[in-house]
Amino acid sequence: MADLTTDFLGIKSPNPFWLASAPPTDKEYNVRRAFEAGWGGVVWKTLGAEGPPVVNVNGPRYGAIYGADRRLLGLNNIELITDRPLETNLEEMARVKADYPDRALIASIMVPCEEQAWKDILPRVAETNADGIELNFGCPHGMSERGMGAAVGQVPEYIEMVTRWCKQYYDRPVIVKLTPNITDVRKPALAAKNGGADAVSLINTINSITSVNLDTMSPEPSIDGKGSHGGYCGPAVKPIAMSMVSEIARHEPTHGLPISGIGGITTWRDAAEFMALGCGNVQVCTAVMTYGFKIVQEMISGLSQWMDEKGHTNTSDFIGMAVPNVTDWQYLNLNYIAKAKIDQDACISCGRCYAACEDTSHQAIAMSEDRTFTVIDEECVACNLCVDVCPVQDCITMEQMAPGTVDPRTGKVVEKDYANWTTHPNNPGAVAAE
Amino acid sequence: MTDVMTPGLAVGRLPAEVLAENFDDLHPALTPHEAVVAADRCYFCHDAPCVTACPTDIDIPLFIRQISTGTPEAAARTIFDQNILGGMCARVCPTEDLCEGACVREMAEGKPVEIGRLQRHATDTLMAQQGHPFTRAAETGKRVAVIGAGPAGLACAHRLAMLGHDVVLLEAKGKAGGLNEFGIAAYKATDDIAAREVEWLMGIGGIELHTGQILGESFQLEEVAGSFDAVFLGTGLSGVNALGVAGEDLDDVVDAVRFIAHLRQAKDLTELPIGRNVVVIGGGMTAIDAAVQSKLLGAQNVTVAYRRGRDQMGASRYEQDLAASKGVNLMFNVQPKEAHADEDEYLAEVELEYTADDGSGLKGTGETVRLPADQLFTAIGQTLTLDAGLELDGRKIAVGPTGRTSREGVWAGGDCTPGDDLTVVAVAEGRDAAMDIHATLMGAN
Repeated sequence: MADLTTDFLGIKSPNPFWLASAPPTDKEYNVRRAFEAGWGGVVWKTLGAEGPPVVNVNGPRYGAIYGADRRLLGLNNIELITDRPLETNLEEMARVKADYPDRALIASIMVPCEEQAWKDILPRVAETNADGIELNFGCPHGMSERGMGAAVGQVPEYIEMVTRWCKQYYDRPVIVKLTPNITDVRKPALAAKNGGADAVSLINTINSITSVNLDTMSPEPSIDGKGSHGGYCGPAVKPIAMSMVSEIARHEPTHGLPISGIGGITTWRDAAEFMALGCGNVQVCTAVMTYGFKIVQEMISGLSQWMDEKGHTNTSDFIGMAVPNVTDWQYLNLNYIAKAKIDQDACISCGRCYAACEDTSHQAIAMSEDRTFTVIDEECVACNLCVDVCPVQDCITMEQMAPGTVDPRTGKVVEKDYANWTTHPNNPGAVAAE
Repeated sequence: MTDVMTPGLAVGRLPAEVLAENFDDLHPALTPHEAVVAADRCYFCHDAPCVTACPTDIDIPLFIRQISTGTPEAAARTIFDQNILGGMCARVCPTEDLCEGACVREMAEGKPVEIGRLQRHATDTLMAQQGHPFTRAAETGKRVAVIGAGPAGLACAHRLAMLGHDVVLLEAKGKAGGLNEFGIAAYKATDDIAAREVEWLMGIGGIELHTGQILGESFQLEEVAGSFDAVFLGTGLSGVNALGVAGEDLDDVVDAVRFIAHLRQAKDLTELPIGRNVVVIGGGMTAIDAAVQSKLLGAQNVTVAYRRGRDQMGASRYEQDLAASKGVNLMFNVQPKEAHADEDEYLAEVELEYTADDGSGLKGTGETVRLPADQLFTAIGQTLTLDAGLELDGRKIAVGPTGRTSREGVWAGGDCTPGDDLTVVAVAEGRDAAMDIHATLMGAN
């Protein structure tokens, strides 16, 4: 069986599945249960500075987006950092770490953007024997209005500055958690690296309003008739998170910077995908808030099985394997030509491919009297929409045309050589092939 | 004490609470959440096969999508636009042969979207609300006589009234509803739905119902044709085919339609006599409805005897399985030969002869079998008894595509005209005739 043991920044954990800093990791009781369930590590709910703790709203903190049968696809929250005294959290962290030395325990921290504030808290965190710290520069609600969280994460100069303080006053790994509420995630990632960060973790939650109550005209979650944007997470954000992870992983100045992947990870497969895009481990939150800690058992068994099937003996074998395949649009092979193909035996004649293609795409599917649907190769641009809307898996596939054959749509012979937009004659900025 | 073993005919074979359970809703209503989950299975097919399969052309994908987005009332309007008896059709349609049989998920996984139950969810929701969902157009001053207040007549009357015509609805029985009220198994039409639906439908206004009006006895077609601007005939089939075997005049040889009507109108099922041994002759829905209800009333042994093979049976496979699940014995390739009486002239046995088809038609093989029987229900088809001088097509009233008969100004639809004898078909025919009557009266044709 594959070895799931992960070494992230020198922090060992029995598997790459950590719980993200969030409500599930707010106290000793939860974290002990998580470790008992099998989680490899925990990023403790974000600590604030000494003094009266923050207060949370006393109404709904979460709002949800559902798929079929109330399957939770997206969750948003307006909860703040821990609202328990700093000392309580530190004592609990120390106890838990002592009892679970083989698990990763990371302290998430958010204090004001002043050197003294960091200088004050870091030695106290160090005393807990936590394996490292994560700087919460991502929280998009509440704290950001007070100049913390995303307010720092949106200014690369601040990130660099605070990271440098942390490296100065703390001797264990420093992970910088990034906000997705920014135009180009490579900038804050580079700032973190320049400040000396050992790793970045992403994504934090996305600014969101999950719904509007059409009776009260209040955004949800609604507090006494008003709502505020919250942080969006869950399966719905996974594609956004993976794109951001890949940007950092393949960007020359940040390439190689360790990444802890976060964003809608629900199954072993999601985790493997993030890791293939360069994440050394992953952090989970919404999935456990939906199903409880037990899901880690499926994540462990699933990742093990897949690694065995692929011949990977260690997680490091496949981390980053997909990164070289992420490229810019301009480098995609324009000589790769495919056509949709409908497997008539698998087709159930629902006609969704037809409606989608006829109404919204290229009129490339024909429908007969007896509801047989066939692709018109002369019109098909291989856009994949029919595949995406077909309810039957593998019923419609994209088949590559062999080089040398003629594409009936363009009348041109399919070239075997790779060619992209940079050299295409229609590109005004094309560079002549040498 | 009377129980299932009590010989002969007996009342109260089962206690009232068991009867209540037996005759409860066959397909209970979906809860709102169940409805949303069921609705989510719909693929919203292009030019959907379920719509093609629906005799009333209800836009099924649209109404299901309306349910899934939390507007069952809008879904109900989509249904009622095409089929004002959508509530009853949701309960009694052989969906396995119609919409659900055509559902692509039936092809894909053998589990169609539950269209019938979703339709019921939508129609129940809207019908539970105050008022009627449609309003009448301005009065046209035209008067139409609709004869027969069954599904065809009701659908026709409603559509005409909605279009602004005044409708006089003449019903032979003491109550409107037709087979929805007097036929159809009780467990498909619980809570007095047929009567409630008629009352709700009449809420459109402009329909005057007269019961106890028998065409040919109380009044003649000639009279109404002369005094109304148009006439619609939806009289159904009031005759029944005879078995044509010795002993069929015995007291306990009964037309299954009458048995079901009696059961449907019974105030107290513990007072309804049923035999210990019941035999039903026939292979359609009526045969199954009579047999299953006999069993549910407490008959010990119930057999449906059908003269052809299983595949030819008029009742759907679903209905056959339902009967089997209730403990009804299905016999194929047997035809009635004689009903035998005991010394007191009570029905005692039914003699059946096996049949075979050697390619030249179905024939008795000579081999017979006798089944003990205290009651014999015949369900071998109903016949048109109306003789109003109209041209016939086979044994039914000949009509054009919109229900025009051979007599100008007279339309017909439902079971008295050719086509499948189904509630939903009758509704479609009544509706289409109404549209044609409207066009004709308003001078479009």
